[in-house]
Amino acid sequence: MIFPAVWNALPGPRWVRAILLTALLAAAVWTLFEYVFPWVSVTFGIQDQSVGDG
Amino acid sequence: METLAGPDATSSAAPAPASGRGHRVLALVGELMIIAGALLGLYVVWQLFYTDVEANNTQKQVVEELDWAYTAPITAGSGSSDEQATIPNELKLGPDTAPVMAEPKNGTTFATFYVPRWGADYVKPISEGVDRHTILDRLGIGHYPHTGMPGEKGNFAISAHRTTYGKPFNRIAELKSGDSLVVQTEEAWYVYKVTSHDIVRPTQVEVIAPVPNDPGAEPDNHYITLTSCHPMYSAAERFVVWGELEYWSPVGNGIPEELLEVPES
Repeated sequence: MIFPAVWNALPGPRWVRAILLTALLAAAVWTLFEYVFPWVSVTFGIQDQSVGDG
Repeated sequence: METLAGPDATSSAAPAPASGRGHRVLALVGELMIIAGALLGLYVVWQLFYTDVEANNTQKQVVEELDWAYTAPITAGSGSSDEQATIPNELKLGPDTAPVMAEPKNGTTFATFYVPRWGADYVKPISEGVDRHTILDRLGIGHYPHTGMPGEKGNFAISAHRTTYGKPFNRIAELKSGDSLVVQTEEAWYVYKVTSHDIVRPTQVEVIAPVPNDPGAEPDNHYITLTSCHPMYSAAERFVVWGELEYWSPVGNGIPEELLEVPES
């Protein structure tokens, strides 16, 4: 479903698709690490250490 | 094994063509679960490893950029073992004369923190504010706004992560009565000694009152309060350590001898 659809949506021969896919995954992980996960951690109060409402 | 390699075996073992609607839904659910699993795994990697890498780099850089800060701990063990002059006894001044700086703007790094119990190489910046995203997750130790400043009669209250994000207070539970907590500002060294600790609920803000646990009371001493999470990797409770100012000294006359004595037990 999703995985084959992504693979088919990528252009070029196999090796080009493999490189594109790797780049896409790296970009996704970077976005998660820099923006999404920090937001999740603060928003849901995981690992708070201050007293008060923190 | 060998039979599977045969063309007949694979074709007969292959599932029926996924033409039915149920099949496609099942395939989609399966793929979504794989993605969810990957996301959870990545979150753990990020929280437990990547935040440390990122925050440690930031905090080290912040300390190195403070041109007045004592940064020998950063280079400790790298071979440069030049003798550090220590503050002579006559320049160890009583708490009552301690200079108190004005509270800086939110996000400003105004002091450095040294704890010999946590190793001769321990140095972390202290910045104004306890906001998770801008201070504690990046700069390390945060100062509770409107609590005392270093050396002030009242309570100099600071907070930091015990795990992840560079974990400045990772070993907070190892502190014992009498351990030194050393704060340096641009002007002065402040040497505090640990007096007690407690484990409290996150709502117990009286632990950072000017007189700890006695909100409303007039300040009667020069306290320091450290708060961090407890138990480790949880946000259920808070581990709190208190100390009192023993002496202060203007910078430029050597370093507190306490910095050179890593307690053994």
